[in-house]
Amino acid sequence: MANINQLIWWIPALPLIGFLLNGLGRKLWSKSVAGLIGSATVFGSFVLSVLVFNALQPGSTTVAHLFNLIDVEGLKVGVDFQVDALSSLFLLIITGVGFLIHVYSTAYMHDETAPDFAKYFAYLNLFVFSMLLLVLGGNFIILFIGWEGVGLCSYLLIGYWFKNLDYGAAARKAFVMNRIGDLGFLLAVFWILAKIGSADFATVFSSLDKLTPVDITGITLLLFVGATGKSAQIPLYTWLPDAMAGPTPVSALIHAATMVTAGIYMIARSNALYSLAPLTQIIITIVGLATALIAATIAIQQNDIKKVLAYSTVSQLGYMFVGLGVGAYTGAVFHVMTHAFFKALLFLGAGSVIHAMSGEQDMRSMGGLKSKMPITHFTVLIGCFAIAGMPPFSGFFSKDEILAAAFAQNPVYWGLGVAGALMTAFYMFRMYAMTFTGSFRGTHEQEHHLHESPLAMTLPLVVLAVLAFAGGWIGIPAVFAEGMHRLNDFLAPVFAPAMAKATPHHLSHSTEYILMAVSVGGALGMLVYAWVTYSKYQKSDAQPTGLAKLMANKWYVDELYDAVIVGPVKALGGFFHHVMETRVIDGLVNGVGKAVQYSSRQLRLLQSGLVGSYVLLMVLGMLLLFILQLFFAK
Amino acid sequence: MDPQNIWITFPEVLIWFPLIAGLVAFMLRSANAVKNWALLASLITLGVAVSTLIFTGEKYFHYNNVAYFWLRYLGSSFSLGLDGMGRMLILLTAIVFAMIFLFIRNNSYKNAPAFYGLMLLAQSGLMGVFLATDALVFYFFWELALIPVYFLASRWGGDRRIQATFKFFVYTFGGSLVMLLGIIYVYLHTTPTEFSDHSFSLMAFRSVLMNPVQQLWVFGLFVFAFAIKMPIFPFHTWQPDAYEQSPTPVTAVLSAVMVKMGVFGVIRWVMPMLPAAIVQFDNVLIGLSVIGIVYASLLAMRQNDLKRLIAYSSIAHIGLMSAAMFSAKAVAMQGVMLQMFAHGINILGMWLVVDAIETKLGIRKMSELGGVAHRAPALTIFLVVLAFANIALPLTNAFIGEFMMFNGLFQFNVWYAAVAGIGIILAAVYTLRMVQHVCYGETNALTSTMTDISFHQKLVLAILVVVVFVFGVFPQPLIDLTKETVVDLLSRYK
Repeated sequence: MANINQLIWWIPALPLIGFLLNGLGRKLWSKSVAGLIGSATVFGSFVLSVLVFNALQPGSTTVAHLFNLIDVEGLKVGVDFQVDALSSLFLLIITGVGFLIHVYSTAYMHDETAPDFAKYFAYLNLFVFSMLLLVLGGNFIILFIGWEGVGLCSYLLIGYWFKNLDYGAAARKAFVMNRIGDLGFLLAVFWILAKIGSADFATVFSSLDKLTPVDITGITLLLFVGATGKSAQIPLYTWLPDAMAGPTPVSALIHAATMVTAGIYMIARSNALYSLAPLTQIIITIVGLATALIAATIAIQQNDIKKVLAYSTVSQLGYMFVGLGVGAYTGAVFHVMTHAFFKALLFLGAGSVIHAMSGEQDMRSMGGLKSKMPITHFTVLIGCFAIAGMPPFSGFFSKDEILAAAFAQNPVYWGLGVAGALMTAFYMFRMYAMTFTGSFRGTHEQEHHLHESPLAMTLPLVVLAVLAFAGGWIGIPAVFAEGMHRLNDFLAPVFAPAMAKATPHHLSHSTEYILMAVSVGGALGMLVYAWVTYSKYQKSDAQPTGLAKLMANKWYVDELYDAVIVGPVKALGGFFHHVMETRVIDGLVNGVGKAVQYSSRQLRLLQSGLVGSYVLLMVLGMLLLFILQLFFAK
Repeated sequence: MDPQNIWITFPEVLIWFPLIAGLVAFMLRSANAVKNWALLASLITLGVAVSTLIFTGEKYFHYNNVAYFWLRYLGSSFSLGLDGMGRMLILLTAIVFAMIFLFIRNNSYKNAPAFYGLMLLAQSGLMGVFLATDALVFYFFWELALIPVYFLASRWGGDRRIQATFKFFVYTFGGSLVMLLGIIYVYLHTTPTEFSDHSFSLMAFRSVLMNPVQQLWVFGLFVFAFAIKMPIFPFHTWQPDAYEQSPTPVTAVLSAVMVKMGVFGVIRWVMPMLPAAIVQFDNVLIGLSVIGIVYASLLAMRQNDLKRLIAYSSIAHIGLMSAAMFSAKAVAMQGVMLQMFAHGINILGMWLVVDAIETKLGIRKMSELGGVAHRAPALTIFLVVLAFANIALPLTNAFIGEFMMFNGLFQFNVWYAAVAGIGIILAAVYTLRMVQHVCYGETNALTSTMTDISFHQKLVLAILVVVVFVFGVFPQPLIDLTKETVVDLLSRYK
């Protein structure tokens, strides 16, 4: 459809315009104007996304070509925007959740000065622009442009309060770890270009016969390295918890709902490639499971409300990778969607709590907020049920789909996945109980200020709560009702290449019921246990010991990286700086200079001015020549 | 059009006008007059450089190429010409000088007429390097460009300027002398012309027939001059000292334009002439370049002085250009073209920011800076944008060039691309470290006295930032401009 084609490029263009208006005019207008520009542009993109979504023919792909970014012999890169089922779903999530978070931010960031406020919205709009570029890109290079762009915005927003040097360090850490992944991504793109000669999705996925199995394994692994950086998986996950230094709505938008799911999007997009790489799939599954479990154990011992949610995000992203690894592409994308709803809700809820607590993030100083903040309390409770996988909340359906697929692949995967799910239920309700139940443990001043947040904050909470509750119903598994998995039908054309190669495995209905009963029952038990235990939580100075201490200190992974990577790299730089550069190379250079000076000084001695010595040298020289002549003339 | 009717050509204007303007500058008395004069002259040169982009093609051949009689019986003529790569570098040179003169309007230099005069003479010499189509003329300008810079650095530089500039001079001059031997050797192998037994013309040099062994010898003679100028590891140690000790506008000229002389020289003169030697030595050259990228990046992480940090960062960037160039892949070579321009613009911006900080606060040590963002938000925004351009973030001009260079390098050898890629990561480390130390955190006693940059400085940086984004989103005009040079060169490497 021609007019849809013309609409597509407006979707990223609107937030870009918002960025430019707020960025260039940050000193010109008031906070309300800045907030309006920021929110309205994203809302415009949302409306357009809905229009594009509705106009989308089932199974069709629309590509809008704007112009050629690069056009040389052997490399042609177009600025192409591609809309199909997968990208249109992401468009809705990004602009929809993004808009709610923009609205929320107008209230949350109200204490900032007007130029800073405008700067915040400019960054936020730039982020939405980059993220839209990422999911709309019709080739790996446009995707990469968005990919690095979201990394930039993440850096800018984590370090938004730039006076604090720790925040700056967190921002740098995020950017650098992302860059490590990006290098893998780039190498994969070069590999594809070298073998196929194009980075267009349509061309690449239809010319896979040009690739050898080694190529495919290499490319998929390198792309996955990129995904571990962006989507915070082992070994590149440690930046995400630190990224909580940014304002809480940023954590909700970037570090929970959208940017960190870019890796899942990219792999789902490349499912044709991944379904040909069984080794990579196994690695993805193992990395995903390990991340899900390790992050969950750390989350159990965190007392900072945002840190709990951060590790929970890392853990949930792990589940999505398990889904990708076992070939449950729809399940992974489904979980991206439901996670976007409930995790954005939980972060915004946490933000509402932090706002009411005058900036306090330590749950040990909270408690009993239930009565003071009823809307926040109720919506967060829904979010907790959703993430814990309780039916009929949204998280149940998506998590169940991944776990069922994992069981079909290997029951051990399922067992570990369920273990993680139990921990999830535990730490989420630990957080819920410590925050909202029991009695208030903060200062009197904080207690005095406690209040429910304004409408601009509670309204997004309510909308997200509805989605977190009912969002899973578009993917009802066949075991409950045949043909009710709308999402599966919708996404099927995108994942057709992978499905064609996958070996079909159907669990019997009774097996599925048993699996569900075990995971839901177990999670329910943990939920109740945590709720009951932490409702009675009393503040104590006791430090965790043993295993709990390891978990509270994040298994000392940061310290390990510092010792094994950061330290040696710095030391190498120091060695080059102090020894190699000054002593060796420059020493050599200066040595040559000194040698020349020395020899000229010695030679100068010959120029004594005494005729006698000149004659002597002349005679010696002539003698030497004669001797040489004698030896070499033959 | 009949060439007889053309009384002046673009190459002539581009060389003689800055030269005359420079000589006039020496005669002016007041500092203000000479500042205005230099700015006006550089803007006129910029106008001419821009107009060369319009008058291209066969139709305007005689406007773009000119030859005077000069040592006819030696086979040398004073011949100049403009091709796509030449136009791009002329434009870069013109932009760099005009932007520097506008940016430093409020700086004061003792004996300003001499300072500005020498700057303009340096511009003339650089133009000559990019325009020469005769080996002797090329050599002449290659040296001529160096002399004003040497005086600028040694008279207006920092505390250790004598030592640093002496090293710089001996190093580059030594390299040049060896190159002269190479030029004479090649000359002696060229075919006879109407008036002479041999010829110095570019055409004759490019069609010279030498067997691979002879090529290796000549290559050995040429490579030092260019390896030092670029510089390629381990011939780089003059550079951080020279950059640190030169007055910042001169540093900007050195790194935005002069290091391009090395890359340009290889592409214009060495690669077409000695394909067999390049192919034989490509692994050594690329290997050294790649080592240089990682080595310089690691060193950049350890610098405290802003100028030394940017110097090492520049060595790393040039290392990538050098590696891509010697891979002789079409995509990589096209990337080098883009990057010559992009690097010039971006690093110019960085130096100007450093100049603003140094002029206002008198320090360049990152450990003594901090919190500049509170006092100088505009400067901070420009620094951040330029810093991200420096690390080749997408949609900035450097991304396209780096992407193409890495792509070509990957085609040449996967591992070179992978190791050079470490530079991408380290570049983020040291650049963001710099941004943080300079801009973020709380102000200290010194930086709390910082003021933001003035309007004309904002204007200069805004122009540069616009260039950064325009060529980051629409690089195709630059690609088209230099495509012919690349295709022509690589036809010798099929």
